[in-house]
Amino acid sequence: MATAAIEIENLSKDYPFGFLHLKRKTSLEGLSMRVEDGEVFGFLGPNGAGKSTTIKLLVGLIFPTAGTARILGRSINDISMHADIGYLPEQPYFYDYLTAAELLDYFARIHDLPEQERKTRVDLMLKKVGLETARKIQLRKYSKGMLQRVGLAQAILHDPKVVILDEPMSGLDPVGRREVRDIILELKKAGKTVLFSTHILSDAEMLCDRVGVIVGGKLRGVGAPDEIVGMKAQGMEILFEYAGTDASLKPLLSKTTQTGRRYHLQIPEAELYATLQQLGVAGANILSVTQVKATLEEYFMHLVEADRAQAPAVEVSGK
Amino acid sequence: MISGASRVLLFAALLPGFAGVWRLQKTIDPERAAMYQEQDDLVLRSGPLLKAMSLEYAPLIADLYWTRAVQYYGNKHASEQTNIELLWPLLDVTTSLDPHLIVAYRFGSMFLSQQPPSGAGKPELAVQLLQRGIGANPEYWRFYEDLGFVYYFELKDYHKAAEAFLEGSKKPGALIWMKTFAARISEKGETLETSVMLWSEIYNSTSDPTIKQNAKIHLQLLHAQADCTELNQLASEYEKRNGRHPRNMREMINAGLLPGPAVDPAGYAYSFDAEGKAHINAASPLFKEQARNQKTP
Amino acid sequence: MRRAWVVALNTFREAVRDRVLYNLVFFALAMIAASILVGQVSIGIEEMVIVSLGLSAISVIGLLIAVFIGVGLVSKEMDKRTLYALLAKPVRRWEFLVGKFGGLVLTLTVNTAAMAIGLFLALKLVKTSGEALEGPVLVAVYFILLKLALVVALALLFSCFTTPLLSILYTVGLYIAGLFVTEMRTLQSDRMSQALRVAFRWLSYLLPNFENFDVMGAAAHGRAIPGMLIAQNTAYAVLYCAIVLTAAAAIFTRRNLK
Repeated sequence: MATAAIEIENLSKDYPFGFLHLKRKTSLEGLSMRVEDGEVFGFLGPNGAGKSTTIKLLVGLIFPTAGTARILGRSINDISMHADIGYLPEQPYFYDYLTAAELLDYFARIHDLPEQERKTRVDLMLKKVGLETARKIQLRKYSKGMLQRVGLAQAILHDPKVVILDEPMSGLDPVGRREVRDIILELKKAGKTVLFSTHILSDAEMLCDRVGVIVGGKLRGVGAPDEIVGMKAQGMEILFEYAGTDASLKPLLSKTTQTGRRYHLQIPEAELYATLQQLGVAGANILSVTQVKATLEEYFMHLVEADRAQAPAVEVSGK
Repeated sequence: MISGASRVLLFAALLPGFAGVWRLQKTIDPERAAMYQEQDDLVLRSGPLLKAMSLEYAPLIADLYWTRAVQYYGNKHASEQTNIELLWPLLDVTTSLDPHLIVAYRFGSMFLSQQPPSGAGKPELAVQLLQRGIGANPEYWRFYEDLGFVYYFELKDYHKAAEAFLEGSKKPGALIWMKTFAARISEKGETLETSVMLWSEIYNSTSDPTIKQNAKIHLQLLHAQADCTELNQLASEYEKRNGRHPRNMREMINAGLLPGPAVDPAGYAYSFDAEGKAHINAASPLFKEQARNQKTP
Repeated sequence: MRRAWVVALNTFREAVRDRVLYNLVFFALAMIAASILVGQVSIGIEEMVIVSLGLSAISVIGLLIAVFIGVGLVSKEMDKRTLYALLAKPVRRWEFLVGKFGGLVLTLTVNTAAMAIGLFLALKLVKTSGEALEGPVLVAVYFILLKLALVVALALLFSCFTTPLLSILYTVGLYIAGLFVTEMRTLQSDRMSQALRVAFRWLSYLLPNFENFDVMGAAAHGRAIPGMLIAQNTAYAVLYCAIVLTAAAAIFTRRNLK
């Protein structure tokens, strides 16, 4: 059995808060999970659920109150392990008096890359994230999207085996998001392990081999996106146009939602053939037929509501 | 990463560090003391320059210099050194920075004018300082008192002294004896009575401990002086009766001229020298003070 | 340790790009003005005045830089979160601290050296006596640098756990206290209990003694400064900085970033 790239055992974090720091707020409770070698793992959850906390614990920015974790078999307390991981912070900010090239060079030196390799890697990264033309411009002049890209560049600069990204798509326009998605897919193809957190469910569905859902500081479910939702097709949806006035269609039409001349109709799968025939005979123009599945979003909302019912909706924040 | 326990250990490791600092400091101190022994240092002596540099903190810096002046004098006095040449520049700077620091003028006038080793022996500088004080604080009558003091005691210029007292007596709040002094001095010059009154006035009016102590000692010396004069008179009486001068106090007491041993304000009995003149006992602390102030009865 | 050097160089670069070194222009102008005017203000002691003024300026400017940039060394990086990406890399937290310290000290060294050159030039302009002032003045400048390094260490320590404003107050407070250490040691007050007097004596040794580094008097008069003192002060500064940096590391190593 391969060692997992990331192993987390019973990781917990709480913060003192309130007057005189006497009370404690739990932002992560007893998290246990694995991220296998070479997989793309998505960390999902609403704001303040504990995704960022987990990531910061893994990367050594904060320290656990209980529990342990290992990356590539080495404890998170082991600084030398950092040579094999890359990290993109949430809403990254870098020294604004440096240019992109200078920043990457600085980080490359921190990574002990030899001089020739430094130059090559920096150039390669800049090209990969599409910042080649902006390499000599000071970071203070960069847009949010550009900063995100620099962040990504510095995360993979040293060709790490494990890449950890905190909300990599946040603040990006559709083009930017597409580019990040492509880079993640490239990393997967190269055999890297990628862990990223997001609250954009469609991205998770598209990219991840497995997802973990965190709500209220606790892990609620782990598995492939389909599995986790316990998917079963819930029916079929027909999109059609009809301009006629056939009275026999009336009962059918009453079950539809109408926009202009277009109708959406949801029916159980078993009734599909019969309905299509009926529409065809009436002269309706069938535009599309699709399967309706429970989505990650519904599952997600269900979990969030369940959690909120248990505890008051206080945002758990590590700040 | 280090655990909580290691953190405590780390802080504990600072203890030997501080021990090292302490030892090092002990070696640095004598080194620095040696450096500064040959020559006292007051690098910036220019009052106007310092004033320009101080911006609005001049009075604060004046206070610092004033503190230094007092310490300087105190150190010199305690170690019985005779060279007090830095006192004038220190006070010069102090009063340039803060012309209204009254005590600096009063302190300065006293210790600049007195003869070494208890003073700098520069009465002219004292006069200069006081005149600056008067210039900046024209309604403060005590400066005239100090001025008259300097003229009377050190410069022996009774005309100027009387003038000063007279001028001061006109200022608001001046006490009545200023006029009396003016008259008395212009009439009789230096007398024991006047001196006692002047020193008493200083003693009563000041709150500065150094000045007070100085006044006290002078009063004691004057007291002793008066005692000795009286003792000499009694000694002459003894000589008249017995044909020779008294050799010691015992003889005077046996002769009925004294009810008991005459002691100076410090509590030591006076002694008689070979010519039968009364002096302060060499064992008395006043003896040392007398030598300092070079006032022989 | 090599990584600390990388951080140090970057810290230096930051100071340069923040235009910290522009203060040198102001200093140069001030020195020129002083050299020209001093002849009018005081005859016979031109050199002494130039040295006093120059050393005071070097000290004050250096202190301003040391304090104001020093207190932000760590707190600025934590606030702006530039630290996040860096600490995820294979660099130890103490290496980061040493690097920041080294970078600011490097900046101050360059700054002070430049000002020293300016001072020597001004001295050449007003040279009246044949006295060799250069030696003692150089030592005095070196001592100022030692003092500044110690101030940086203190500012860095506070930067690790408190806000910039409080850090400034604490650092400046310690500096001023460190100037009056001798007074503290020889405090003579009959109103003080023995215990209090002993406490003050202890305190006078524990506090950073900034008086040690003050040799302006000797330098102004051209008196040689004993080599022994140079060695001792260097050792003192190194030792005390080590203590402060160790404490800073102890605090920062387990600090949770927000």
